[in-house]
Amino acid sequence: MIYNLPFYAVIIIIAIGLYIIAFKRNLIKIAMGITIIQSGVNLFLITLGYRKDGLAPIFTHLPKDTPIPNGMVLPVPQALTLTSIVIGVAVLALILSFIIVLFREYGTLDTYKMRRLKE
Amino acid sequence: MIDTLLTHAPILIIAAPLLTAFILPLIDKVSTKGRNILALCAVVFTLILVVMLAQDVIENGIRIYTLGGENAHMALPSGYHVPVRITLVVDALSAFMVIISSLISFVGLLYSFAHVKGEGTGKFYTLFLLMLVGMLGMEMTGDLFNLFVFLEILSISSAALVAFYIRKGQPIEASIKFIIISSLAALFVLFATGLLYGEYNLLNMGALASEINSQTGGLTLVSQFAFILLLASFSLKAGSAPMHMWLPDTYGEAPGAISMFLVAGTQASLYALLRVIFTIYNTALDTSIIGGLLIILGLVSIFIGVTMALIQIDLKRLIGYAAVAEVGYILLAVGVGFFELAQGELSEYGLKALQGGIFHIFNDVLDIGLLFLVAGAIIYLTKETNLNKLGGLARSMKYSSFFFLIGLVAVAGLPPLNGFASKILIYEAIYKVSPLLSIIAILASIFMLAIFVKIFYSVFMGPQLPSLSNIPKTPLLMLTSMAILSGIMIFFGLFPDYIVDHLVTPAVNALVDNFTYITSITGGI
Amino acid sequence: MTDEGLSLIVQNIVSLLFPLALIFSFYIILFGHVTPGGGFQGGAVGASAVVMLIVAFGAKKIHGNMSHENMSIFESTGALIFILTGLIGLIVASTFLSNFLVDTPLFGEIPAWGSNPGILNSGGILPVLNIAVGMKVIAGLSAVVLLMALAMEGKKK
Repeated sequence: MIYNLPFYAVIIIIAIGLYIIAFKRNLIKIAMGITIIQSGVNLFLITLGYRKDGLAPIFTHLPKDTPIPNGMVLPVPQALTLTSIVIGVAVLALILSFIIVLFREYGTLDTYKMRRLKE
Repeated sequence: MIDTLLTHAPILIIAAPLLTAFILPLIDKVSTKGRNILALCAVVFTLILVVMLAQDVIENGIRIYTLGGENAHMALPSGYHVPVRITLVVDALSAFMVIISSLISFVGLLYSFAHVKGEGTGKFYTLFLLMLVGMLGMEMTGDLFNLFVFLEILSISSAALVAFYIRKGQPIEASIKFIIISSLAALFVLFATGLLYGEYNLLNMGALASEINSQTGGLTLVSQFAFILLLASFSLKAGSAPMHMWLPDTYGEAPGAISMFLVAGTQASLYALLRVIFTIYNTALDTSIIGGLLIILGLVSIFIGVTMALIQIDLKRLIGYAAVAEVGYILLAVGVGFFELAQGELSEYGLKALQGGIFHIFNDVLDIGLLFLVAGAIIYLTKETNLNKLGGLARSMKYSSFFFLIGLVAVAGLPPLNGFASKILIYEAIYKVSPLLSIIAILASIFMLAIFVKIFYSVFMGPQLPSLSNIPKTPLLMLTSMAILSGIMIFFGLFPDYIVDHLVTPAVNALVDNFTYITSITGGI
Repeated sequence: MTDEGLSLIVQNIVSLLFPLALIFSFYIILFGHVTPGGGFQGGAVGASAVVMLIVAFGAKKIHGNMSHENMSIFESTGALIFILTGLIGLIVASTFLSNFLVDTPLFGEIPAWGSNPGILNSGGILPVLNIAVGMKVIAGLSAVVLLMALAMEGKKK
């Protein structure tokens, strides 16, 4: 039961992120919501790789007599998470640059007031 | 030399624009003409390689290219072979989509030379080539995680290109909506990839397909959940109806040829949807429910696209809503094809529906692309996008009005052009499922004809407005790119049999038959 | 964050700390194939060192020395090294990004099995790719933060 705790945390984090994107009006808060969902998905990917009583998957650091595929946690989800973190940084940089330009043009950060493209 | 190029063609198609995209800022400091010529050389080289690769794949079957080594497999001590390396898998459907992307990039680059001016144009071409890399990567990859990475490359560079000109803040607003929604969709694709990895310990699409299809007792709960997430995210990126809100904003505010290139980008997401439904999950799904779901999505897209286009007064936004309707046609045809898949092998009407749908992918990009190019020329010359303020432009823009007429006839599906060739296949094939679908599709085409004839009369015909009396001539490069597209459309319309036999039918056979795909990846065990 | 940066005490401490942070990031990048770390991780630490400089001294002064055009050249060079290494792997050995530096004097040794400290000279093309990605990430992330700081101070972007 306690080993399922990270999966429950993932669901709560993604639900909080979706609530922020859907219901908040400030653009900075929406950008924070995107980052929270990214953190939730990264946590999910890392948690997939855990094996019971596993060690870090570095060949030259293992003590003797550890069985080679089964005594380590899986290294592939760690590579997937790293790529996802990099993509998250790039998307966040882009969104923040757009928010800076929008603030300079309209003078406000409220999405209800700055909406010009309707219908 | 040709043999080496052909053997390594899948990775050279991706690596050549990527290398050029990073050399361009260095050359830009030396000379601007050199930068333009280098970008054009990269795109032409990609186009030539793509045509060679497509010819080889359509004659000889699936090609698999492994990065980093000779063999894609690693033999475990138990004798089981598991595909571990990054692979690029090119079959006939991938070859079809890659031809579309590189052709549209060539036309778009020619058009962009004419109107991109001012500071920062070096970054424009870098982002353009990165968008091309994202599309080509999505269409040729062999595993799910690479699909996510190239999807994000495509979305980030498209968002940066849409927001390239800050005209009072409207493109920035469209682009921030685009990047937030598209980043959300890509995160759910990653979540579904993680679910499938946790369940089956595989990321390769062929190996996943073999595991899912050989499982007794139907799909597990995790696979069903992953399928729903993948279906929703990819149809959001393709622009189908309940999730289409970002499409008219983004297409309406993008500069010039980027709208056309974005259409090719959404077709790449549609290709990813087809891969997930037909290759990974083929008959493990309940074909009547999922086929019915796709048919309903298609019908709602057609209805919403056409009715919202009737009331627009902004030129590019209207063409954006027409693009939503065209994606509805493709989803309708693909849904009917999947619906018929359960009747033993594919019955005659299901195969025709899939042929119509896949052919319509190419025709959709050509028709809507030509309309966007003409609209871009109008906006570049007159600086107006409001339909109420445009009128009588046929006197000063003779050739553009002729090209708009060709685009109009093609979008409405009238006989001599390529729109008719694919739409008649769709109308005939979906009649068997229910005559009501056929009637709605034909009515939607008639509405589109009405909408675009209204635009043609109000923008081009009529007395010349005094505010538009002296506008400069259309640049020659813009007219050349419109002429290339029109030439291809007329050729497709006059000789549709040639295209359907040589390009579309191998693509449909590769799509339906996932047994060949699976055995060429896991085969040899 | 005023236009001239923070006070004199902070500027002195930051000028002492900046080389340490940069060397730490080079260590993480270079030892990426032996210990945890690698290109992006070391690049992020290096970029945070440059951001520390921007916060302490003000964006206008840093822009005079490390402008974003120079950063752009540095970044493009990193990406070019990455792709050219892959293409050399295609020409010399079998396919794109194949490991052609094994058994050569440059990064070519093979470490022993079992628990040992690892060899820096091993890894094939992995250290080369790590260095290329590290260059790109340091230049890219610091250029982004520099441009955002300049835009918020009211200068033309």
